[in-house]
Parts: sequence; structure tokens; C-alpha cells
Amino acid sequence: MKKGWTFLVCVLAIAFALSPAWAKEPTIRIGINAPLTGDIPKVGEGTKFAAQLWLEDVKAAGGIAIGKKKYPVELVIEDNESKAESAVKVTTKMITEDDILIMIGPQASKQAVPAGGIANNYKTPMITPWSTNPDATKDRPYVFRACFLDPFQGPVVANFITKEFKFKKAAVLYDVASDYPKGLAEFFRKAWEDINGKGSVVAYESFTTKDTDFSSQLTKINNSGAQVLFVPQYYNEVALIVQQAHQLGWKKPIVGSDSWGSAETTKLCGKDCNGAFFSTHYAAAGATGETKKFIDRYKAKYGYVPDDVAALTWDAMKLAQQAIQATGGLSGDLKKDRDAVRNQLSQVKKFKGITGEMTFAGKNDPSKCAVIVKISDAGEFTFYKSVCP
Amino acid sequence: MTVFLQNVVNSLQWGSFYALIALGYSMVYSILMLFNFAHGDIFMVGAYIGFGVSFGLLALVTSGMFALPNWLILVLTILISMFLTSFVGMLVERVGYRPLRNAPRASAAITGLMIGIILETGNLILLGARRVSFPSLIETATYDLGGVMLTNKKIMIVAVSLLLTLALHQFIKRTKYGMAMRAMAYDFVAVPLMGVPVNRVIALTFGIGSALAAAAGILFGVAYPVLDPNMGITFGWKAFVAAILGGRGSILGATLAGFLLGFTEIFVAMLFPSTLRDLIAYTIILLILTFRPHGFFGEPYSAQLRL
Repeated sequence: MKKGWTFLVCVLAIAFALSPAWAKEPTIRIGINAPLTGDIPKVGEGTKFAAQLWLEDVKAAGGIAIGKKKYPVELVIEDNESKAESAVKVTTKMITEDDILIMIGPQASKQAVPAGGIANNYKTPMITPWSTNPDATKDRPYVFRACFLDPFQGPVVANFITKEFKFKKAAVLYDVASDYPKGLAEFFRKAWEDINGKGSVVAYESFTTKDTDFSSQLTKINNSGAQVLFVPQYYNEVALIVQQAHQLGWKKPIVGSDSWGSAETTKLCGKDCNGAFFSTHYAAAGATGETKKFIDRYKAKYGYVPDDVAALTWDAMKLAQQAIQATGGLSGDLKKDRDAVRNQLSQVKKFKGITGEMTFAGKNDPSKCAVIVKISDAGEFTFYKSVCP
Repeated sequence: MTVFLQNVVNSLQWGSFYALIALGYSMVYSILMLFNFAHGDIFMVGAYIGFGVSFGLLALVTSGMFALPNWLILVLTILISMFLTSFVGMLVERVGYRPLRNAPRASAAITGLMIGIILETGNLILLGARRVSFPSLIETATYDLGGVMLTNKKIMIVAVSLLLTLALHQFIKRTKYGMAMRAMAYDFVAVPLMGVPVNRVIALTFGIGSALAAAAGILFGVAYPVLDPNMGITFGWKAFVAAILGGRGSILGATLAGFLLGFTEIFVAMLFPSTLRDLIAYTIILLILTFRPHGFFGEPYSAQLRL
């Protein structure tokens, strides 16, 4: 009998120790899943810097205020090495071991699509600031994004080129082994052929991640009679492709997508990228209001103008903050709190972000506008046009 | 026709890198019967050293210490980096391979892979994951030859790689050390008994191979100015294939096979969807090796007369 009591006491003691209600100060942990190394380290850097800037504000305010109570905030920043498998590993770790309430990132679709599956399985809200591939949020009630989608961006670019230049024939060069370029290339082709007729994409050429020589593909494109080249690639490939295209005698316009928006693009590409257009989420040159405030702060602190990843990460952090605040109080039960944050996120209406206004209204993808940017002769990203859905 | 000629030009440039790197594999193999799997990463190290050297020289010039035209900076960069990288190669041999010279060959091969990883991650720690952009020391001039586009860089790359191959050939055929290398390739057991300084000859072999890889790295930086710490991996493997294809230990074979590999990759991409490039290109090479297991210029082991 005595043994039985001891056992019961032990069980109760362990149960109390483990119960979250008995944990000391409840801290809100926010996971940041960023590509700090690998193919696109600059993207990881922008993510980290923007998140830390946000944390500064929150710390200055003494934490996130929910009702009358203030909760301290911690960031859990992990490197996903810009690999899909590492992004999955990092996501699992942050959700199961670090007890995060919500995860921001991964950025690129290649990591965001698989990581989103994990976050959804664990019923943990996730906001990817930058992934434009539809699969990232498709049929995943817990996964949100802070940017527009490729099925929107593809037609935007196709429409822009057709209206702006009155061209009829286009060429595409993209990485077939990466979700983002592959998806966007397909959406662009479909939209272009809807406008200009079947076969109007006269060259549809691909390569594989880590390729550096595109001369064979570009020679084909050069001889296909295309009037414009669409390159939905990341900054390191953009530099190589544009330079090689010019060396092979390509003098016609080159148009890119939001992955061009990095501060690194013109640095690696040099003069060759001047005059090119791309669709993106925001243009730093000529920004006003909150956007300008953010740009100035970021520039003063880190020494360069933030790219779209940083701006979108900032918006994603703010979105998360607003959703957490809207829950009206955290119960301390992580499972319940994660559900509450998810429910609030899906209700967001007319959120004034620095990359534009966002409305979720029950969906996981915001409706917002795209911006067409032209790279000036000084290598600056200048606002050219705004295109709304 | 112009498309064909354009692709010939393209593949000459692309093959140059494979050829230069394959030479290093071949030289080491002919003496030690060992493939130095760290060689691809030596190519990367060479490119980064070149990056550092060129920036150093540019900084000296802008600070007004002395005036140099940009083409001279490029020449100096190539020479200084080749010199510096040869020491990296010799260090790899001293630390990684010499203690294992009498160990099973598999151990040495594994060591090579490890050294490669150390060089990559070492670079990652030292310089971070950010891509660096090789400074454009010479302006690209494009010449239009009846629809075929030539650039001064392409001409330079092919010329320099052929020149270096020729210089290596002369060195091996005409100098005392070259003779020692040939002798050791012929008989590794008897030659040391004749008073040939084995360690020095082997170190020199590694040094020269690494210098050639460094030259390839800088030329690569000139043509594709985005450097990253993992750039050596695929190049290393493909140049290794070239070395096998050319005939293990044959200088001429390595050079020709390097260019052949460049041609196959470019032309497969021209004729088929480029997604199939590696699949088809390497199936062709597999077929060649099925019928010529010793490569183009390799001899069966019994009658081995290499270099």
C-alpha cells in the first residue's frame, strides 16, 4: 500500500513538473527558418536582420502586449542551408524541441514547400515571407505567406511585356531542378501563349542547379527569333546568364522575376544588368511612409538598402505579432495557442504592410499588388509600374 | 551552321577548364597510382586565391603605389596565384598523402575526399557563404564573325590553357625533374635506388598540378565571375572523368578528353533538351570506356609507359 502511495506521488510530481502551466514566465518563441549558408546566403542575411530589427522594437516595448499582459519574446534562428532536407529538419526541431508558437520562413519555395508540410502536420502556424510557389500553402490550413503567387506573377510579367513592348515571341531560360523557377516558367509560358497564341514561346530552355555555363542554351535562344528573354532565377545565376547572353550577342530586353530583387544582383552582375526589368514586391527607391522608415533604419544599422526579402520578413513578423495579439491571451497550452494564432491569421483584413496592403479573409494567400522595377543605369532598382490583380 | 560553329567556340572554352584540371589528376596518378580527390577543391582554392591576389593588386594600384594596366594585373594574378596554390597542393601532399604512402590505396583516396571537405568548409568559415564576384580586369570585347560571337576572354582562356599544357609537356620531356617524373611513373621501386629524391619529385608533381588547377580557377573567374565555395565539386568529378577517359596518366589524353567532355556537354545540350545533358553525355562516356577501358591513350597495366 505504501509503495502505491509513493508511486502516485511520484507520478503527480512528474506530471506537475512537465505541465506547461507550471513553467515560469511564459515566453513567446518565434522560429526563423533562414538560408544562412548555401546557394542564397544573402536571402538568409536579410531575413535575420529584419527579424532582429523587429525584435528590437518588441524588446523596447517590453514584449508583446496581449490584453494587459506583456509576454517576453525570443527568436529561434536556425540555418536551413538552402536545402530542402535541412529545412525539414530545422522545422521539426523548432516545433518539437524549441516549442515555437509560430515559424517565419523558409524563404525560397524549394525549402518552403517541404517545410510547410511539416509545419502543417504539427499544426503549427507558419508564414513564408517570400515563397511564391502555390504548393507552399495549398491544402495546408496552417501555412500562410506574405507575398503574391506565381500564378499571379507569371501573367503579370507576360502582360507587362506584351503591353510595354508589343512583342509576340518570347524565350525562357530556367532551372528545372528548383521549384520556384520551374513553376514560374510554366505559369509564364501558359499566360504568354494565352495572349500571343500557341508556340509563341519560341525557346523554352532549362538547366540544372549549380550550372555555370549556359552558352549552349543561349545560342539556341539567340537563334530562335525571340524578342525578349524571361529569366526567373536567383541572383547568382542571373549574373552569369545575363553576362553570357550579352557575350553571345543578345541585345534585346531581359525580364526577370521577384528573385532578382536582392541587393546582390547588381553587385554580381555589374553593368550587364542595367536596363533589365523584373516584377517584385516593393521598390526601395522612391519609397514613402512606413516603408521609407524601415529602409532608413535598416540602412543605418546594416549599411545597405534592404531587399524585398527583408521587407517581406518584416511584414511577416508584424503579421505574426498582430495575430498573436488578436488571440486575446495565451493559455500556455502550446497546442491551443498555435490554433488560436492560426485562426487569427486567417482573419486578417487590410493589414498595412510595408510591401503593400494584405487581406487573407479565410484564405492562406494574401491578395496584394505587384511592382515592376527597372534597373537604372546607376544599378539602382527604380519603380516603373504597379500592377494589381 | 553558325549555331554549330558558335557551339564549337562555346565548348572550346568550357573544355579548357576540364582539360587543365584533368592534367593534375593525370600527373599524380601516373606517379602514385592515386587519384587525388581533393584536386577539384584545389581548383576552388586557386580561384579564391586569385580573387584575393587580384584585389590586393587592384588596391595597390588605386592607392597609387605603382601604375599597372589591367591586363598586366591579370597576368600577375595568374602567375602569383599559381605559385601560391602550388604550395597548397604540396601541403596537401605532405599532410594528407605522404604519411599514407604505404597504406592501402583506398585510405589515400578517402583522405583526399576528406581534405576536399576541409578545404570547402574552411573557405565557408573564412569567407562566409556569400558569393564573391571576381573583379572584371579586362573589358569584354565581342567580335562578330559572321554570326559567330567571339569574345576576347574566350580567346584568352583557350590560348592560356593550351599554352600551359604545352609548357607542361616541354617540362616533362626536357628537364631533369621531368625525366625523374617519367622514370618514377615507369618504376616506382627501382628509381629511388638511383638517387632520385622521391619526396621532392612527388611534391613537385602535386605543386605543378595545383598550379594548373589555380590557372583554371582564375580563368573560370574571368569567364563566370561568380565564385562559391562548392564550385570545385562537380568540376573535380568531371575532370576526373576526363582524366580516366584520356587514359590514366597521359598528358595528351587528359587534355584531349577535357575538350571532348566540353564538346559532348555543349552539343548534347544543343541537340536535346538540356535537362538530358548529363545523362546523355555521361552515357556516351560510359560506352566509350566499355570499349576502351584504358581510355584513349592509356596502356594496359602490363605495358605501362606513362607521362
